[in-house]
Amino acid sequence: MRTIDITSQSVRDLNQALHDQAPECTEREWKVLNPAGKHNIACGLDQNLSVDIMGHTGYFCGGMNKKAHLVIHGNAGQGVGENMMSGSIRVKGDASQAAGATAHGGLLVIEGNAGARCGISMKGVDIVVKGNVGHMSCFMGQAGHLVVCGDAGDALGDSLYEVQIFVKGNVKSLGADCIEKEMRAEHLQTLKELFNRSGIDEEPEAFKRYGSARNLYNFKVDNASAY
Amino acid sequence: MTDINIKPGMRESATFDRNTIAEIQRAAETGIYDIRGFGAKRKVPHFDDLLFLGASMSRYPLEGYREKCNTSVTLGTRFAKKPIVIETPVTIAGMSFGALSANAKEALGRGASAVGTSTTTGDGGMTPEERGQSSKLVYQYLPSRYGMNPDDLRKADAIEVVLGQGAKPGGGGMLLGQKITDRVAMMRTLPKGVDQRSACRHPDWTGPDDLAIKIQELREITDWLVPIYIKVGATRTYYDVKLAVKAGADVIVVDGMQGGTAATQDVFIEHVGIPTLAAIPQAVQALQEMGMHRKVQLIVSGGIRNGADVAKCMALGADAVAIGTAALIALGCNHPKWQSEYEKIGSAAGFYDDYHEGKDPAGISTQDPDLMQRLDPIEGGRRIANYLRVLTLEAQTLARACGKNDLRHLEPEDLVALTVEAAAMARVPLAGTQWIPGQSF
Repeated sequence: MRTIDITSQSVRDLNQALHDQAPECTEREWKVLNPAGKHNIACGLDQNLSVDIMGHTGYFCGGMNKKAHLVIHGNAGQGVGENMMSGSIRVKGDASQAAGATAHGGLLVIEGNAGARCGISMKGVDIVVKGNVGHMSCFMGQAGHLVVCGDAGDALGDSLYEVQIFVKGNVKSLGADCIEKEMRAEHLQTLKELFNRSGIDEEPEAFKRYGSARNLYNFKVDNASAY
Repeated sequence: MTDINIKPGMRESATFDRNTIAEIQRAAETGIYDIRGFGAKRKVPHFDDLLFLGASMSRYPLEGYREKCNTSVTLGTRFAKKPIVIETPVTIAGMSFGALSANAKEALGRGASAVGTSTTTGDGGMTPEERGQSSKLVYQYLPSRYGMNPDDLRKADAIEVVLGQGAKPGGGGMLLGQKITDRVAMMRTLPKGVDQRSACRHPDWTGPDDLAIKIQELREITDWLVPIYIKVGATRTYYDVKLAVKAGADVIVVDGMQGGTAATQDVFIEHVGIPTLAAIPQAVQALQEMGMHRKVQLIVSGGIRNGADVAKCMALGADAVAIGTAALIALGCNHPKWQSEYEKIGSAAGFYDDYHEGKDPAGISTQDPDLMQRLDPIEGGRRIANYLRVLTLEAQTLARACGKNDLRHLEPEDLVALTVEAAAMARVPLAGTQWIPGQSF
């Protein structure tokens, strides 16, 4: 295992060292000490690395991640795992707003709460939040799954495309064109698999499913009040 | 009613003219605003309102064809390890695959590469055709992030963070269902056939302080190799440029209100933003006050048509320009040879602007396989290259006449204005006077 202390080396040094593993992996295990809320830690990784970040991170930690597996042993700032393509990111604490924004793939697990716009414009990622999510979560979500084991704030799933949303607790309000949908056997199976992958102990039967009503997919003047 | 039917005594209202009446009646019939492509069609102060002061006794001209006039420009010298060198200061603006056909994108790449300049992706990701044919490709980073991925990001020669465009500052993207084919849907992770409206704000940052961190992230992902541009629609340009510099841009792109679009509400195109002519001096002033003019390069777009427009932009302080609508016209958009085809869809050569419908007879703004085949990307590339060469030669001609051996040596002192409005906006004297409205008396 290689350890990099951010107090003695810069984020640039860290990221370059991690990027240098992309063509040929010579060190799979990494530990980052004293992240101290710095921005852009471990972004743009492109190798099957295991990176433990021992503290809080700033904006965009793990941005555009491919293949790598990150664990943040603290809270994560804005846009954790933004545009992630594959691999996984686990936040042991809370995550700020726009967690997993536009992410195309992989698994994002937030063991605490997530702020506003969790999963905004998500494009295929699976996000599991053990706590609550803030308002406008999954806004314009295109593909993937968002699982909320706590409550969801206002306007959940506003202008939703094809993301499947599962919520165990209360939903303060649904956004435009987002509706509750029937929970069928295949959805229970999907949830079960997501819990297995994320290591979260929950009963799928306790969740409700939400998705797009698809009424706003094509403009109709009768829907003008929704715009 | 044609003009021949108008008899003496019949007076058309200036307020409710025929276009206004037609629009009111169209709105009443359909219940939806008018969506169209192209750019602003209203007349605004533009580069035609400026003239160059060629050399005579007090200035020394250069010999055409014999004395060199440099046209190459290096973009991204502030932070990037690999700045872009373009051989002509005319670049191709961002236009998406989806809005344009794959053949059109390929043709733009071929033409730009032939003359050593860059082309730009758009709101739909990077296509292999475009990357393959573009020796210098700028990858746009837009609010929708359609098709955005780190592999393509690292293939790019520069990254352009788009905050807005001149046709619709403050507005998001729009691609109507008829153009969302299987391939476009797959690249954007969208259901086929939906009316796609992309967001006007980026999803994971808000404001210039956040943007500075976002730019750092893009630099980290690309190991600080490539330049990062910030593109804004021209509105509060002075402040936007200052904030863009503060956020860490290598290059700033300012797109005036005449800039084109593939699909936007007509009311947006015609009523939001400021003319390109008015935006350039604001941008240059902001850069000069920060000591960053020529250190952060300025690219200007919006209604650039010929070498005179290019030279005038550069005289006002731009480092390069970008063309969009003009490039499509060079490819064959609105060509008279398609007149009968335009008539079939209720338009005419010279008037066609329904890019959003995907029925472009010229095969440019369409995803229809049959229409697309009308545009040969090799021939299209040749036309683009020809046009870019003409723009460059024309700009060089004017620069030499002003005694300049580099296009970037042109300066505001070489210009005068024909109208009070243009003088005020461009901040050059009214022709034959020393008067710059708002600056001197």
